[in-house]
Amino acid sequence: MTLISNLINGISLGSVYAIIALGYTMVYGIAKMLNFAHGDVIMVGAYISYLSTTALNVPPLLSVLIAMAVCTVLGVVIEGLAYRPLRKASSLAVLITAIGVSYFLQNAALLIWGSAPKSFSSIVPFDSISLFGGDLIITSEAIVTVITCIVIMILLNLFTKKGKMGKAMRAVSEDKDAAQLMGINTNFTISMTFAIGSALAAVAGVLLCSAYPTLTPTIGSMPGIKAFTAAVFGGIGSIPGAMLGGILLGVIEIFATSYISSQLSDAILFAILIIVLLVKPTGLLGKAVKEKV
Amino acid sequence: MKKYRDLSKYARTNLKAYGLVIIAFAILFPLQSAGMLSNSLNGQLIPICVYIVLAISLNLTVGISGELSLGHAGFMSVGAFSGVIAAASLQDAVSFEPLRLVFVIITGGIFAGIAGLLIGIPVLRLRGDYLAIVTLAFGEIIKNIINCLYVGIDGSGLHFSVKNTSSLGMSGGRIILNGPQGAVGITKIASFTAGFVLILFTLFIVINLIYSRSGRAITAIRDNRIAAESVGISITKYKLTAFITSAALAGMAGALYAMNFSTIAAKKFDFNTSILILVFVVLGGMGNILGSIIATTVLYILPEMLREIGDYRMLIYAIVLILVMLLTNSSRAKQMAVSLETKIKNILRKNKNGSGEVTDNG
Amino acid sequence: MKKSVRIASLIVSAFMVLTALAGCGKSEGGDSTAIKIGSIGPTTGGNAIYGQAVKNAAEIAVEEINALDSDIKFEFNFQDDESDAEKSVNAYNNLKDWGMQILMGTVTTTPCVAVSTESNADNIFTLTPSASSTDVIGGQPDADGNIAIPRKSNVFQMCFTDPNQGTASADYIKDQNLGTKIAVIYNNGDAYSTGIYQKFDAEAKILGLDIVSVTTFPSDDTKDFTAQLNAAKNAGADLLFLPIYYTPASLILAQANSMKYEPKIFGVDGMDGILTVDNFDTSLAEGVMLLTPFSADAEDEKTQSFVAKYKEKYGDTPNQFAADAYDCIYALYEACKAKGITSDMSAEDICTALTEQFTDPSFVFNGLTGTDITWKDTGEVSKEPKGMVIKNGVYVGM
Repeated sequence: MTLISNLINGISLGSVYAIIALGYTMVYGIAKMLNFAHGDVIMVGAYISYLSTTALNVPPLLSVLIAMAVCTVLGVVIEGLAYRPLRKASSLAVLITAIGVSYFLQNAALLIWGSAPKSFSSIVPFDSISLFGGDLIITSEAIVTVITCIVIMILLNLFTKKGKMGKAMRAVSEDKDAAQLMGINTNFTISMTFAIGSALAAVAGVLLCSAYPTLTPTIGSMPGIKAFTAAVFGGIGSIPGAMLGGILLGVIEIFATSYISSQLSDAILFAILIIVLLVKPTGLLGKAVKEKV
Repeated sequence: MKKYRDLSKYARTNLKAYGLVIIAFAILFPLQSAGMLSNSLNGQLIPICVYIVLAISLNLTVGISGELSLGHAGFMSVGAFSGVIAAASLQDAVSFEPLRLVFVIITGGIFAGIAGLLIGIPVLRLRGDYLAIVTLAFGEIIKNIINCLYVGIDGSGLHFSVKNTSSLGMSGGRIILNGPQGAVGITKIASFTAGFVLILFTLFIVINLIYSRSGRAITAIRDNRIAAESVGISITKYKLTAFITSAALAGMAGALYAMNFSTIAAKKFDFNTSILILVFVVLGGMGNILGSIIATTVLYILPEMLREIGDYRMLIYAIVLILVMLLTNSSRAKQMAVSLETKIKNILRKNKNGSGEVTDNG
Repeated sequence: MKKSVRIASLIVSAFMVLTALAGCGKSEGGDSTAIKIGSIGPTTGGNAIYGQAVKNAAEIAVEEINALDSDIKFEFNFQDDESDAEKSVNAYNNLKDWGMQILMGTVTTTPCVAVSTESNADNIFTLTPSASSTDVIGGQPDADGNIAIPRKSNVFQMCFTDPNQGTASADYIKDQNLGTKIAVIYNNGDAYSTGIYQKFDAEAKILGLDIVSVTTFPSDDTKDFTAQLNAAKNAGADLLFLPIYYTPASLILAQANSMKYEPKIFGVDGMDGILTVDNFDTSLAEGVMLLTPFSADAEDEKTQSFVAKYKEKYGDTPNQFAADAYDCIYALYEACKAKGITSDMSAEDICTALTEQFTDPSFVFNGLTGTDITWKDTGEVSKEPKGMVIKNGVYVGM
């Protein structure tokens, strides 16, 4: 029973990683950049949702929409101001800029909302499910997170495979210059990618804080790194890969804590990641790109 | 001036980098000895030296060898803690502090070099972002392991444990490393001179490596791996050479760093510290050794200078970081800067030619 | 590439000149008869909450003292260290340039160990509100009787030492017979948490308490504690000892609740503040017991006036860090008054006088965090921890 209980806890933690990783992988897949500020957009989303429910008394679901709207705007603004001028620069320059944006968001949040932690009320309106006379408990947040995660994954997959915009995104991802020659507005396409990625970050923020209800200006950074790891684990750029990577990461973390050593759980987690990458260097579901000679 | 232009690129790089470091030391050292530096600047000298060494060594991996590493602080950590253990073991045997410091730094370098070898063999098979995440992972693993390491020393030698201090089984000794509480009670033996010498040593190693046969092989691999391989360059060998050298130098810097504070904890050497060093490298320019030195110094002093503005300090730091990256890397900003420079030059030239008129008018 | 370096250094140096100029205009304003108290703690980064609390409370205390009709006036300067030893030493050097005569800090433990070594070498009197490790004051043998750092005679603490709390908690649990099977969850990436746990474990063995499960987590950023809670639950623990800060503790309470696991919970002074978290469902903390020297709900006039002022000025309820900092400033004030310290004395002379005063058994201080507070030669504070239990969202004495 403990095993199943740990498995469920692992999946619910993993689904939070997965939902963050989806945003990471989406931006990476199309814009080919590691957006280290993604974790901090999540934090902003959570704060917006928190403030709109506590200060404005907005119903929880509407607060999620407000958070998504704010984050979408934030994502597009960040992309336009900080990343667009660097389109032709080296990927490392963009990486460092993203880190600068991450510092900026964290410190701005600290100045605006203060350092004191806030307690986030879960947006999930129903109770946890209790099975086997209370031996096995599945929290409602876990169920909602897993379902949301699957829905988002399917929608994203459909969107990039079928829609016109999605096709444009894939074209930009394959070859930016060629896409431009074919009449695709690459700047607009990349902006759209950031808009979607940031809206996802808002959802992730709300779900993260529903499951783990403490809200501080730094809540995004650690899950951000873990989610980045998850995205690479699953094969960065691959949407199902992000989901798989996230869930596996959560399960491994809980199992390592429970059965091996709570002190070394992070070390074990990263060691498994390394082994997987050595065996399969592009991640679990990543495509190997043939090198042109 | 003409003579300087005639020098080879190798000699010029040499001259500039060594020259800058030696001049800076020649100015700062007498000021420090005479007690004329502010406490604030005085306290920053050794950390700046440490970060310069770290930035140059990371530049070897990222800039010269073209491998993105996000775990440089891990090597620093290995160097720091092996250095601390060496320092405690040698406390009585070597009473002359500078000599002890040399031993400590060498120990740090050796252990970090070994860590570099162990990590480099599997890791260097990967490329790009996958390499980045694996180095990040190794950095975190090193942090986690040192966090549950307990080391003590007594009459019968060193004792190690991964459980707690009482399982060290010591009699009347001293705890060197106390798990997450880190190493406390370090005797501070670092000096500015040692930092200066370490920078010179690093420059010597790195510049010689870059302009040697190995260095040309390393840059060849970076620029076109397949072509390099096809002319018979052993990829693994040269990549590993650069990686281990970089790790060992980082370890030496780590050991010096540890000797500058009475306490250090494993928590310090995390992902954020690795990123900080990477920022120095990228801002200074990939493969640009002189750039690394300047960028490190400026970016290290900047947050300290910003203390005056209080709460907004880190926010301003972030804005400066973003602006600098935009202005130095965006093609439009570069054009603007160039045109601005020529304009200023033109104005200056005009002023020079007709300086008489200008003063008349004024 | 070279051009870019040139541009970069140009921009940065321009900023430096600007800030230097801005600084020139601002640093005036302190009057020369005030004693300069420096303070260091994290106001940015993950531990910002603790530094902010200390800064805010100390500012209130300094304001109050300066409004008194007394010869002693204080000038206060707080510097950020991001809870990092290296930056803390930088901040300390910066304060020395400012002319600091007394150091009230630093807030967190590891930076304080580093800074107190510096202040010991410079002979600047140091009183930390909250750095609780014995390595801060030095001269304390660890569990096996080994001494790592000699006593730093100028360093004193306002908070309990970690071992003190560990022992006191174990004794309290034994005396009150609070639990038979004890589980511990602590932060093994944190000196404070590990320090308390180690001593608690040692004392529990002596007292014959049954510790059935010990699990850890790596940092205060940790979100998921279900594995740790499951371990405790499966071991049948009826008492959960949490020597941790209140941010992770609030998550543990919430997760235990959703797991329907309801052990008794016992915390230490880091747990204080849990009721002040905005929007926190206090019913989760119902029945939580903790040893803390301060409670914001205390009825006495001193506490109430401080809490009211703090709320008015900063909008939050002060926690124990704030209370300790407030007490630090007042203790310094009383000691300065007793020794007739003036602002023209050197930091060394002030240090000698204050050390004498603080180790004088007749120096008794009454503050927010206790009455009849005295200090030992070792630098430790001697005050009574109060056992508190949370009932209906407020602290009640046990």
